[in-house]
Amino acid sequence: MSKSANALTLVLAACLLGGMTGPSAAQQMAGRDVTKPSAKLGLGRAATAEEIAAWDTDVRPDGRGLPVGKGTVKQGDDLFQEKCASCHGEFGQGVGRWPVLAGGAGTLKADRPDKTVGSFWPDLSTVFDYIKRAMPYGNAQSLTNDEIYALTAYILSMNDIVKDEKFELNEKNFTSIKMPNAAAFFEDDRETSEKQFWNKNPCMKDCRPVPKVTGRAMSIDVTPDGKSGPKVE
Amino acid sequence: MTDRTSAETLNRRRFLGAAGLAGAGAALSAIPALAEAAKPEPLITEVQDWQRYLGDGVDKHPYGVPSKFEKNVIRRDVPWLTASAESSVNFTPLHELDGIITPSGLCFERHHGGVAEINPADHRLMINGLVDKPLVFTMDDIKRMPRINKVYFLECAANSGMEWRGSQLNGCQFTHGMIHNVMYTGVPLKVLLDEAGLKPNAKWLMLEGADSAGMNRSLPIEKALNDVMIAFAMNGEALRPEQGYPLRAVIPGWEGNLWVKWLRRIEAGDQPWQTREETSKYTDLLADGNSRKHTFVMDAKSVVTNPSPQAPLKHKGRNVLSGLAWSGRGTVKRVDVSMDGGRNWQTARIDGPVFDKSVVRFYVDFDWNGQELMIQSRAIDTTGYVQPSKDDLRKVRGVNSIYHNNGIQTWLVRSGGETENVEIG
Repeated sequence: MSKSANALTLVLAACLLGGMTGPSAAQQMAGRDVTKPSAKLGLGRAATAEEIAAWDTDVRPDGRGLPVGKGTVKQGDDLFQEKCASCHGEFGQGVGRWPVLAGGAGTLKADRPDKTVGSFWPDLSTVFDYIKRAMPYGNAQSLTNDEIYALTAYILSMNDIVKDEKFELNEKNFTSIKMPNAAAFFEDDRETSEKQFWNKNPCMKDCRPVPKVTGRAMSIDVTPDGKSGPKVE
Repeated sequence: MTDRTSAETLNRRRFLGAAGLAGAGAALSAIPALAEAAKPEPLITEVQDWQRYLGDGVDKHPYGVPSKFEKNVIRRDVPWLTASAESSVNFTPLHELDGIITPSGLCFERHHGGVAEINPADHRLMINGLVDKPLVFTMDDIKRMPRINKVYFLECAANSGMEWRGSQLNGCQFTHGMIHNVMYTGVPLKVLLDEAGLKPNAKWLMLEGADSAGMNRSLPIEKALNDVMIAFAMNGEALRPEQGYPLRAVIPGWEGNLWVKWLRRIEAGDQPWQTREETSKYTDLLADGNSRKHTFVMDAKSVVTNPSPQAPLKHKGRNVLSGLAWSGRGTVKRVDVSMDGGRNWQTARIDGPVFDKSVVRFYVDFDWNGQELMIQSRAIDTTGYVQPSKDDLRKVRGVNSIYHNNGIQTWLVRSGGETENVEIG
């Protein structure tokens, strides 16, 4: 971009200084910066309201995008067992390596944190937005809005965020639900908190004591297909 | 005779190149490379098949493929990492490549709902939200817009993510292979946004894919207007299906998950959406239980690709150490290499083009007498950022971040040439 900007500056300077010997129109085009605002190209067509409604299903934490609808924990439980439990487990505990949805409260500082909807996710809207667009896995966008409210209510219940199985989630009470880990996220601050990694004079000679091997990938032996490493021992 | 010689050559290639290096010490060539061969080589003294008989004609491969002797040069996955191949990742064979451009068919893949198969005639890109005029574009529309060509690296934020607690995977393909570097052809995103007309309160965009995961991510407007592009071609031809054919986002220097593939919609809004991939995933959990979010920029990083566990040293005497370095903050200014585990460093030779937010290729030409080496590399970018050691990174990040592990890699080269992924202390 800066190169193009420089080229444009040069072209302009040449125009001003050169008078009659200024650059040709073709040269000016070559120097034009396509990232700069320009007259509209007149390409594309207006999106219709129906088209926007069909694709614009996203939901934000402030509730923007939530459709009208409702579903109870009990309804969600029934649906979950039918459509979700084969991967996520009956209570959201996860089957095999499929995502765990429940539990893990208080583990984020532990040696092996358990990051679930209840223990980690900061916003409930994410659950609705994600189910709506991507679940069930392999049959996306097949659930009704009421079904998604019900499933979201059940996920809240399996994480003890709501206790009553008669609880009904809907577009009106949705934003009143607060997630336990919501306050634990902060904006990227690496440029200040990791300031020490900017170093004008990195050490070149005798920078550390003689190193010793403290761990080996080969002793863990989880590399696939046996093609990646020599068997030395 | 000729056939047997060829077979032996091939077997030895497989043996040394990938299938393991059992007893590799015996395979190391002697230092006096200029000594006269004891017997004339039949490869030279006898006419070989390919010298006598006609080869394939021009009609054999309308779209060319690599030599059959390169069949080991492939993407590989780690089956235990994920529950399903459709929501998984494979890895670029960095140890088999050179220069800075990743061949399209070897670019690592990461999908969340498999590869969407889309006829470009059926593809639509919608821009809606805080714009003056919501628009729908066809691929033909997009190909009538002013075009640019740029070389950028794409690194998954989880590249090296398995290595936070210590060396785990034995090969740079697996430790560092979630990166590729490609020339893109496309349109600056700003051109499309100008067509729709952003409203003044548009601060964030949401990019959304047409795949069965409906992948969506929020992108700050400053970045969108700066250098983001919408690409339809890579390395001179249409995007590969697994890279988002027919249209993908290119977000230079920022984590790969933002580079939404099969891009179908861009919505302008006044705040981020907090999607699954920017909250439950792609946030960096620190040791104190708090999590950093919006960690978009990829810190400067490098890796020695040769030698590495999948590409051990095979010869004493002259050797070429080679590697890649990159930074999401700008251009790689310098790469240093250590042969003794970070005690002493020398500056490597960068060769080939040095582009903004692209990988650079570096080399150290060296003589090896069979001594044990602990090989490391560190990238330094134009902002003065110096790639940190894994220990220094763990001190500030803990070991549960999963993402953004740009610590210095150590390869231990043993006396026989075998090379392995190690932690040092």
